[in-house]
Amino acid sequence: MQIPIEKFYLDNGLFVTLSEDRTAPIVAVNLWYHVGSANERPGRTGFAHLFEHMLFQGSQNVGANEHFELIQRAGGTLNGSTWLERTNYFETVPSNQLALALWLEADRMGALIPAMTQKKLDTQRDVVKNERRWSVDNQPYGTWWEKLPQLAFPEAHPFHHSLIGSMEHLSEASLTDVEEFFETYYTPDNAVLSIAGDFDSVEARDLVRKYFGPIPSGKGKPPLPAMELPLTFGGSPRLVVEDDVSLPRMYMAFRSPVFGSDEYYAASVCGAILGMRRGSRLYRALVRERQVAADVSAFTFDLSKGSDLLIVDVTARPETTPDQLEAEVGREIDTMFSDGITPEELQRAVALIQTDMITSMQSASDRADKLSMFATYFENPDLVNEQADKYRAVTVEQVNEFIRARLGRDNRAVLLYVPKSRADASPESEGNLAEVAAS
Amino acid sequence: MTISVRPEAGAPRDYHFPRFERRTLSNGMDLIVAPVTKLPVVTALAIVNAGGTSDGPGKEGVASLTAEALREGTTRRNGLDLAMEFEKLGTSLEAGADWDSTVASMTVLSEHFEKSLALFGEVLTAPAFLATDIDRLRAERLAERLQLLSEPRALADESFAKFIYARGSRYSEPLGGGTRSVSSITSADVTGFYRRNYSPDAVTMILVGDIAVDKAASLMETIFGSWQGQRTAVRTPVDEPSRTTSAVSLVAKEDAAQSELRIGHVGVERTHPDYFGIVVMNAVLGGLFSSRINLNLREAHGYTYGASSYYDWRRDAGPFVISTAVQSEVTAEAIKETLSEIDRMRSEEIPEDELTLATNYLDGVFPIRYETTSAIASALASMVIFGLPADYYDTYRQKVRAVSTADVLAAAKNHVNADGLQVLVVGDPAIVREPMESLGIGPVMQAEMAE
Repeated sequence: MQIPIEKFYLDNGLFVTLSEDRTAPIVAVNLWYHVGSANERPGRTGFAHLFEHMLFQGSQNVGANEHFELIQRAGGTLNGSTWLERTNYFETVPSNQLALALWLEADRMGALIPAMTQKKLDTQRDVVKNERRWSVDNQPYGTWWEKLPQLAFPEAHPFHHSLIGSMEHLSEASLTDVEEFFETYYTPDNAVLSIAGDFDSVEARDLVRKYFGPIPSGKGKPPLPAMELPLTFGGSPRLVVEDDVSLPRMYMAFRSPVFGSDEYYAASVCGAILGMRRGSRLYRALVRERQVAADVSAFTFDLSKGSDLLIVDVTARPETTPDQLEAEVGREIDTMFSDGITPEELQRAVALIQTDMITSMQSASDRADKLSMFATYFENPDLVNEQADKYRAVTVEQVNEFIRARLGRDNRAVLLYVPKSRADASPESEGNLAEVAAS
Repeated sequence: MTISVRPEAGAPRDYHFPRFERRTLSNGMDLIVAPVTKLPVVTALAIVNAGGTSDGPGKEGVASLTAEALREGTTRRNGLDLAMEFEKLGTSLEAGADWDSTVASMTVLSEHFEKSLALFGEVLTAPAFLATDIDRLRAERLAERLQLLSEPRALADESFAKFIYARGSRYSEPLGGGTRSVSSITSADVTGFYRRNYSPDAVTMILVGDIAVDKAASLMETIFGSWQGQRTAVRTPVDEPSRTTSAVSLVAKEDAAQSELRIGHVGVERTHPDYFGIVVMNAVLGGLFSSRINLNLREAHGYTYGASSYYDWRRDAGPFVISTAVQSEVTAEAIKETLSEIDRMRSEEIPEDELTLATNYLDGVFPIRYETTSAIASALASMVIFGLPADYYDTYRQKVRAVSTADVLAAAKNHVNADGLQVLVVGDPAIVREPMESLGIGPVMQAEMAE
């Protein structure tokens, strides 16, 4: 299946991709800025994400929170998100509101700073601290998001530190930081704009030129420190965390080929063979047959530089000890390492990935986001149309080659969550959970 | 550097919800087909007219366990082979019980549709329900129960249901059942639930995507035509409130990093005539990002990452809930601010521009909601489950636009009960107990956490 793709650059360096689909009167606008937590300077962990919040606090011609209000009033949906390598902003609107979405994105790319105040920064800092409490601190296993990268990347590596940031660093972020970050990274030549859905190509190009054309290019951004890493950990880094959880859980991470590389597809298929749905190896062996695990999954971080991670995530059944869990998962990986995979396993994994890829193309928002992703990482949005073939071309031998190179005992980082007081919690204990008594 | 003139909207293009056709198979089973040919994809979704409200006392969770057990094998192949067959076709069957129904569904590329639908048919008409599989599913469910104790959000939702519904009312218990009831479920219970509830007269199949109506009907007749049986189960009343006056409950979680907060009460049934007024009122109160509660708690005060409100729509009266997680130290302040927003909502008509924010939003996002075959299938499922009229999705936007500021005020006065608000906090008692007591809403009841 192929989607139509047009692409062009504005003089200021903004890379624009368009994909027309007239089946419904809706259009998705999607901006990727090529900046993420990897670009943060020491002492400012969490800043890229805090900055994303500030982009909803108004710009020269838009009031605080008005971006949200105008898009919702137009009958649209919107949000933004921050990742290690990029920050994205997106809205899907009725197609007669395309100009509004473009104008709003251009206003904050062109003139954010006049709207920034200390009070807005202070409030968003509190909001983000509460986001951290909600998604990390008050959530069982919530700290895995920062502990696993800490374990898997060396200390000075740009992927090592926390994306959500430490409370201390969030407290220290200043308006000057906001200005500097904006001037360095939020420039048209460091961004990709994608439009997918119901639009007229000539009109859309005119609107893009009108609203984004006057914004000047940036002065360039500082290069990232060296990202390259050895293919394996050269050992087995291990961290045990006692946490307020009921069931042990283990994350096992393997260094793996970067997203988009020729070897990436074999790694991605290997992940699906290990942990995608009920027919996967780990589900069959650990959940169904030996019944030591309650749930399994496997996924890649899809990092495009340095090294990607393939991650296996297994939650124990209550009667399984943490040591047992680690041993059982290790044994399955050992078996795969020594015996490789079967053609049937490969076929199953590719068939599932294929269906997911095609069904996700139903949504204008997903189309636009994928275009932005391939344009940002590889300056080539046409890669969207090549993904299915790349997966279909993966062979058993390629997956086995990946396995031999990356699933050995010299390339396993283990993050193990252990319940603080296992004795306190048995399955019978919840019976009077809601016995309510006046106190 | 930027252009200050705000763009005007262009002329809107027409949109209509996908056309669908209803058929009845020779055995009485209903079929709805919505041809959508954008991509070579089909979603098949079967609704069984029985969910958690059909569990029966002491067996809470049997509908959920039965739904999960569907995937564990048929009389012709075991669970592993079944999963592998589906997955080699690039799909997998998802199945779960809701309060009023059980839903099983899959999305598959059209080239694999016929084979996948035949497997789907086998699952629905000839499940195996082996004792060994039921035992494993029960153990997995009990592990999930245990897990819940350390998940503040799920714990708050579940504790809130127990707090607002009367003991013995089905909605007071978790949909998937509590530890005690789940422990008692046997394979005989599962088989019995299936026999009483799964039959052609209780099942509707919805097919959406790259498929023609006649072709779909003949395929369905081939696969399901010989399936016989009649539903015998009866539902029981489920939505009795626990009390009529306000009360406060504290679920103690020492050293919690935040307070999970729930405020609300028993709401209204899905088919209530005030539905559209309530939906718009809720959007203004807490449904949108720019809603009053979110702007107050998040944007004005920075108490939280987000706050929202919703009516959980069920055949009977599901909960009305305001839900947020706030920094422990401001728990009482956040409750106070929320109560003041409720008072404001109930005491005066909202300004016209707040009304249009909500109605334009609900009207405008309508086509965005139905981009995918699975979203369209879910919408048609709601139509079946709640008995909505066939033109429901064709008139939806018009009905949203017809809601007035007076309707919104009436919805707030009639369906947000300021005198019967129930407040529940999952949080650190050392920090939140005293401030909660000083709120003067009602006695602070302690929800006991078991050892």
